[in-house]
Amino acid sequence: MQRRLAFLERGFLTLQKSMKAPIVEMRAITVKFPGVVANDNVSIDVYPGEILALLGENGAGKTTLMNVLYGLYRPDEGEILIRGESASISNPNDAIQLGIGMVHQHFMLIPPFTVAENIVLGIEPVNAGGKLDINKAIHDVEELSNQYGLIVDPKAKVENISVGMQQRVEILKALYRGAEVLILDEPTAVLTPQEVDELSAIMRGLVSQGKSIIFITHKLREVIAVSDRVTVLRQGKCVGTGETKNTTAEELAQMMVGRKVVLSLEKEPAQPGDTVLKVDDLHARGSRNLPALKGVSFDVKAGEIVGIAGIEGNGQSELVECLTGLRKATSGHIYVNGIDVLNNQPRTLIEQGVAHIPEDRQNRGLILDFTVAENFILRNYYRPPFAKGINLDYRKVHAYARELISEFDVRTPSENVLVRSLSGGNQQKVVVARELSGEPKLLIASQPTRGLDVGAIEFVHRRLLAQRDQGKAILLVSLELEEIMSLSDRILVIYEGQIVGEMTADKATEGELGFLMAGGRTKRGLLTEGSEESGQYRRRTQEPLKTSFSHIS
Amino acid sequence: METNLADVTIYIALVVSTLRMATPLILAGLGGVFSERSGVVNIALEGIMLIAAFMGMLVSHFTRAPWLGVLAAVASGIAVAALHGVLCIKYKSNQVVSGTAINLFSVSFTGFMLRKVFEHAGQSPPVPKVADWTIPFIEKIPVIGAMIGKHTPFVYLSLLAVVISHFVLFKTRLGLRIRAVGEHPKAAETVGVDVFAIRYLCVLLSGALAGLAGASLSLGFLSQFRENMTGGRGFIALAAMIFGKWTPYGTLKACLLFGFADALQILSQTLGLTFIPTDFLLMAPYILTMAALAGIIGRSVPPAASGIPYERQQ
Repeated sequence: MQRRLAFLERGFLTLQKSMKAPIVEMRAITVKFPGVVANDNVSIDVYPGEILALLGENGAGKTTLMNVLYGLYRPDEGEILIRGESASISNPNDAIQLGIGMVHQHFMLIPPFTVAENIVLGIEPVNAGGKLDINKAIHDVEELSNQYGLIVDPKAKVENISVGMQQRVEILKALYRGAEVLILDEPTAVLTPQEVDELSAIMRGLVSQGKSIIFITHKLREVIAVSDRVTVLRQGKCVGTGETKNTTAEELAQMMVGRKVVLSLEKEPAQPGDTVLKVDDLHARGSRNLPALKGVSFDVKAGEIVGIAGIEGNGQSELVECLTGLRKATSGHIYVNGIDVLNNQPRTLIEQGVAHIPEDRQNRGLILDFTVAENFILRNYYRPPFAKGINLDYRKVHAYARELISEFDVRTPSENVLVRSLSGGNQQKVVVARELSGEPKLLIASQPTRGLDVGAIEFVHRRLLAQRDQGKAILLVSLELEEIMSLSDRILVIYEGQIVGEMTADKATEGELGFLMAGGRTKRGLLTEGSEESGQYRRRTQEPLKTSFSHIS
Repeated sequence: METNLADVTIYIALVVSTLRMATPLILAGLGGVFSERSGVVNIALEGIMLIAAFMGMLVSHFTRAPWLGVLAAVASGIAVAALHGVLCIKYKSNQVVSGTAINLFSVSFTGFMLRKVFEHAGQSPPVPKVADWTIPFIEKIPVIGAMIGKHTPFVYLSLLAVVISHFVLFKTRLGLRIRAVGEHPKAAETVGVDVFAIRYLCVLLSGALAGLAGASLSLGFLSQFRENMTGGRGFIALAAMIFGKWTPYGTLKACLLFGFADALQILSQTLGLTFIPTDFLLMAPYILTMAALAGIIGRSVPPAASGIPYERQQ
């Protein structure tokens, strides 16, 4: 009772669901990892037939808490009650036995297996002879998928189905095991806006059939849209819990971050100058040697941010790799300041003024076991002032590093610390500092805020805008539609290796972008069909595009 | 007529020889399939075979019971594989390094033991070997009978093992779990599959199969142990496994191809065929192996988690 009063004091109204008893109660859970307390005395409860949102920034301890519930971590302190009875959950099997199912953020599916095989793995039906009864598996999956309206193809291989369907497979996997409580870990991160809508309908359907859902997210809008109640975590601690309808996005944001945050980014209109990057009919193959870019053309002018929106795996990575010299294009042209740099070495491109914030900072952006100072000079260690004959002038390297550390506010004990030991946000600051310090003409930023907390995101966004205002050309590739929409001046949509739409940011709507990202065709696209001089240029003008779906406006 | 007859005997000799050469490869290759399908690279097959060939010979020598020797070979194969398993699964050491260490150890160990026990280097005295099996009826069929009607039991055991392995891997729940563990161990664990147990089981199974392959050398085709008598067959078996895309039937086909190359080489030597230098024929299986490894012949995708030690969180 005291805890509930404490929540009231924090400005939340907690209405007790007097009639129903909670199906899951986690009491005073503490989980310690070396050096950090991931969960500090956290308590949550979940009632049958409700959606509880677990809100918090990256690193707030949401996933850790759910891994405790699912038996992947043992808590150092605390107690779990399932249906009112104390439960010891030491591995996922225990959790499954108790009716708890988890859909992990990174899907736990085996790509070369079929949908049915993935769903039944671990509790496979066998016939009398001990042989795997795959027909029964398929039949069971079909039945379950009809019952809950989760459309899947049981015989399709997981590697060939869409991300949305993979997620449905994950949910079915949990339901097949008799899950009453479903944990969904950041389920919308990989989905298009339309798929997000579908998912919330599915979630509503599941709770209406008596299931309970714990929904981990850091997206405020989704909390407001689908959850019944919300619990907010910050730095491993529970900072509040209550009914969703009694709160607002602003209030939740403040609880999540611990200070007032500006949810929208303010920026001046762009002043585009000369064309810095011009990509013309670029073709390239992906890692599986299949065509990944099929005739991509666009340009980026000085002083503007061009955002590329799209669902993961539609050629964004290959495009960035071609532009930075990391992948050979099969044909086309890339002009940087009028010079064709197609298939040049990365170093040539760097010397042309191309900077690159890679999507995978730990593997491509940094050498984790080098010091901060060494990481700062990766682009230009071979030139004076850092190179002195065949030696490195470490005095100058360190002085330079100290300069960047203070300029970019990198939180590190010194420049001699291994980058590996920094937090994700500070690692990204090292990358950003290195790339921006070279006075680039063109900045290619690929998912520059992936996995960062709100503060670090704000920092990166401000820096990008500052670069724009200094007249740099910026190409922003991101899977976060919100990021694209708030930063870009122009937005291109990439789908299956082609640019399928272009619009100015102020006229773009999420529905329209999502529609294009999912491969929807535009009215304009349909109009140009059959016309001889169609081509992509015609389809993509500065005007906003109208979709053929009338309900999206 | 005489040339015609000669042709038939040549074919018979080729088939017989191909099967003989392929048998140890098939058994060891199946061992590789199980091990790698579960996610453990077992480069130690070569060393396991060698130690098993020695132990089989030793037991057969002292007990005069060749089948006891076979049992000893299988048991020693399992024992050495267990060592590899503990290193790779429990201590998460580099699987290739562990395998290489076992291979190097096995050469010296068997050489040392040979001298210690028989006070003789190079080879052991002859020991009782496993008697050939004849297959009723088939044996009577002209030509075919001569080709496949009478062989050392290992030939038939290896073919049987292919069929059983295929069934286990692709038709049973154990097989589904083995493949799941080799592709995405974490996904398997989250649905309650014991990753470590499956991996140990598969590594031990690969030891048993490689042990049988070793026995086929010293108690099946020969009746003695010779120093380093495996002669790289463990590695060729691995190549056959890759060539066969990590499937039992694919491995069988690859082993038969490698066996055929070997048989061709032996035959051309006995017939004195000189238009191709025998050195080239001797090279053939190894060139095929390299081609298979480089992916020139058929692109094959290994199990995704093969070679990566699995670590539970926390």
